[in-house]
Amino acid sequence: MRQPAKLPLDLTVNGHSHSLELSPEVTLLDLLRERLHLTGTKKGCDHGQCGACTILVDGRRINSCLKLAVTLDGAEITTIEGLADGSRLHPLQAAFVERDAFQCGYCTPGQICSAQGLINEGRAKTREEIRELMSGNLCRCGAYTNIADAIGDVVHAGGQAFEEAAE
Amino acid sequence: MIPFDYVRAGSIDEAIALGAEPEARFLAGGTNIVDLMKETVERPARIVDIGRLGLDAIEGRQDGGLRLGALAANADTAYHPLVERDYPLLTSAILAGASPQLRNAATNGGNLNQRTRCYYFYDVATPCNKREPGTGCSAIGGVNRNHAILGASEACIATHPSDMCVALAALDAVVRVSGPNGEREIAFADYHRLPGDEPQKDNTLLPGELVTAIDLPAQHFREHYSYLKLRDRLSYAFALVSVAAALSFDGDRIAEARVALGGVAHKPWRKRDAEDILIGTEASQQQFAACADRLLEGAIGRGANDFKIDLAKRAVVRALTQAAADTPQSQVDKKIA
Repeated sequence: MRQPAKLPLDLTVNGHSHSLELSPEVTLLDLLRERLHLTGTKKGCDHGQCGACTILVDGRRINSCLKLAVTLDGAEITTIEGLADGSRLHPLQAAFVERDAFQCGYCTPGQICSAQGLINEGRAKTREEIRELMSGNLCRCGAYTNIADAIGDVVHAGGQAFEEAAE
Repeated sequence: MIPFDYVRAGSIDEAIALGAEPEARFLAGGTNIVDLMKETVERPARIVDIGRLGLDAIEGRQDGGLRLGALAANADTAYHPLVERDYPLLTSAILAGASPQLRNAATNGGNLNQRTRCYYFYDVATPCNKREPGTGCSAIGGVNRNHAILGASEACIATHPSDMCVALAALDAVVRVSGPNGEREIAFADYHRLPGDEPQKDNTLLPGELVTAIDLPAQHFREHYSYLKLRDRLSYAFALVSVAAALSFDGDRIAEARVALGGVAHKPWRKRDAEDILIGTEASQQQFAACADRLLEGAIGRGANDFKIDLAKRAVVRALTQAAADTPQSQVDKKIA
């Protein structure tokens, strides 16, 4: 089998610059987990059907399992590890704790990154809108009620933008 | 994933030249092709990344229509102020599909060119004429709840999975492509094709041809439209049946009518003679039902999808009722009024 050349890739992940060489078939999800050891981002279905791998690219939420990393040269990536400010939780993290918005926790990093993307998009005001615009994140424990409550708390507290929250 | 060469195209011409090579595939948002490569359904020798070609503008045209760049994200298209204001049918259809994450990554050109989600097409252990011509169709006599009832063949009963394309069909969009022989325009109705005995061909693109834009005509139907999507769960699921309905009125009488169905065929399903039934009539359940009957003429169930025939007829009536009353289906509150 052919071994394609590795390609250069410059990425900023959670504020840290990385200069990498990568095979083109490596997804952003596998890069984060296997190479950069940022295992907070979860591999659920690996097919864009569950949302567990949701991260932010230049502030937009996407499924990292469906993105070839080499296409992202120059991008800024934010993962769940990049949200808290030291020991001070990001408002969404605090709200998830406060609202008990998880059971097993496997979908939670994706839920929280997705919720930050939702806040950045500014399209969800009502509970129905939050639920609809979080529909790309499945929770097999069924914690949806509390997840929607937690996100609602942050949205209604002014939806502190990620840039401010991560200072 | 089977290893492949990766090239980032620096210009449209370069992309076309590289894309015309056998076993090359264009990569834009990647939300479908990367998945297909993981499943080894797609095994390109070379990926041509077109993601940095620009082609992402959304701008008004001189004839009053709108041009949607092929590489604009589905989300940016749905939420663009001109699309939201003038083509709410398109916004509604895009927001009915996929998830916010996928809509952020997926592009307009990619939406047109996505492949079917037929289980057998994805399962390389089973026969599939679309994936491997001549091997047979596992969906005929197999699990076919999601499959086509119209325009299918004995070779393939797959459906086109897009919601966006159903609205584009109803709006009479035009697909602009560039290829080795220059640029051309393809009427939306001619872009996708029925499976016939060549189900491996989803559309009428020629080798190397690249979708550069989608043009929307000036007629926007923003006053009377609805996109009604019926599925097994309320969000983040493909359509069992969807309807893009658009009407315009001259007084009390219908002047123009467009009805396109999703989830029922290898392409968005429209029939002019079904729409013509409505022209000049007052909006009524009787006329809507007559339109639905004509649109579903020749429908064939394959067992598990028999229900789609009745469901589609009722969905057409409901969507036209919503359009006439200017009460389009909400993509947030999924209650069907």
